[in-house]
Amino acid sequence: MLSCKDFLKELSEYLDASATPANKAELDQHLKQCPDCWVVADTTKKTIQVYRGTEPRAVPDSLRLRLLAALEARMKARRTQ
Amino acid sequence: MAEPSEVFDEGDLIARAKAGDDTAFTELLSRYERKIYRLAKNITQNDEDAEDVMQEAFLKAYSHLDSFQGNSKFYTWIVRIAVNESLMKLRKRKSDKLVSLDEQVDTGEDMVPREIAVWEDNPEAQYSQEELRGILDKSVESLAPIFRSVFVLRDIEDLSTEETAEALGISIPAVKSRLLRARLQLRERLTRFFRRKGGNVLAFL
Repeated sequence: MLSCKDFLKELSEYLDASATPANKAELDQHLKQCPDCWVVADTTKKTIQVYRGTEPRAVPDSLRLRLLAALEARMKARRTQ
Repeated sequence: MAEPSEVFDEGDLIARAKAGDDTAFTELLSRYERKIYRLAKNITQNDEDAEDVMQEAFLKAYSHLDSFQGNSKFYTWIVRIAVNESLMKLRKRKSDKLVSLDEQVDTGEDMVPREIAVWEDNPEAQYSQEELRGILDKSVESLAPIFRSVFVLRDIEDLSTEETAEALGISIPAVKSRLLRARLQLRERLTRFFRRKGGNVLAFL
C-alpha cells in the first residue's frame, strides 16, 4: 500500500483531478484505509473551495478615480497624435 | 456603480479598443479591475504597492494594446503584466528577506500535517463575511512569497499550471511543488478556525 508520505505528494493531482486513472485508483485505495489522510484531503479540498468562492472586493474609489484620470490623459494624447 | 455589463463579447471589445474606441477599453477595465487589484494586494501585501501595480498594469495594457495578439485571453495577458509589476515591487522591498522566487526550500518537513481534525460542515457560516475575509487574507499573508504567488495565481485567480509557470517565470514542477506546500500550510492555518468544536475532535486518533 501507498505510504502517507507518497499520498501527500500526489494530493494536488488528486484534488485537481489530474492524476492518471491507475494513480487515482491507488490514491482512492489509500484514502479508504487511512482516516488521517482522508481528513487532510477533505480539509485541503475545502481550503481551496473557500478561497475560490470568495468574490474580490471593490476597488477603492480614490484609486479608481486616479486610474481613470491617468488613463484619460493617455487617451487624449493618443487621440491628438 | 453599476456592474459592468457582460453583453459585449470580449473579442469584440478588444477589437474596438484596438481601433481606438476608448469606451471599449474602459469596459475591459471595469470587468477586471477587482481581480487585478486583489491579485496585486495578495502578492505584494502592501496597499501602496498594490495601488501602483494596478495603475501601472492598466496603463501598460492600454499603451501596448497593439502588441496583444488575441491568442491568449485578455485577462491572462493583463494578469501577466500585473504579476511582473508585483514581483518588481516585492524585489524592491529589500527588508523582505523571503522575496527570492528562485529560492530552493525543500526538506519535506513542511509537508507533514500537524493539525488533523475534521471541519464543521459549513465552516464559513460561523463567521461574518468580514471576519471570514480577514481569516483568509491573514492566512495567505502568512505564506512565504514563493508559495503565496503560486497559490494566488492557481487557486484564487484560477490560472492553469502552465499559465502560472509562465507568469512567474518558473518551471512547471516548481509550480506544482509550491502549490502543494501552500495548500497544506493554508489548510493547517484554517483548521484552527474551522475545526469541529465540541464533539469528538480527535475522532481519528
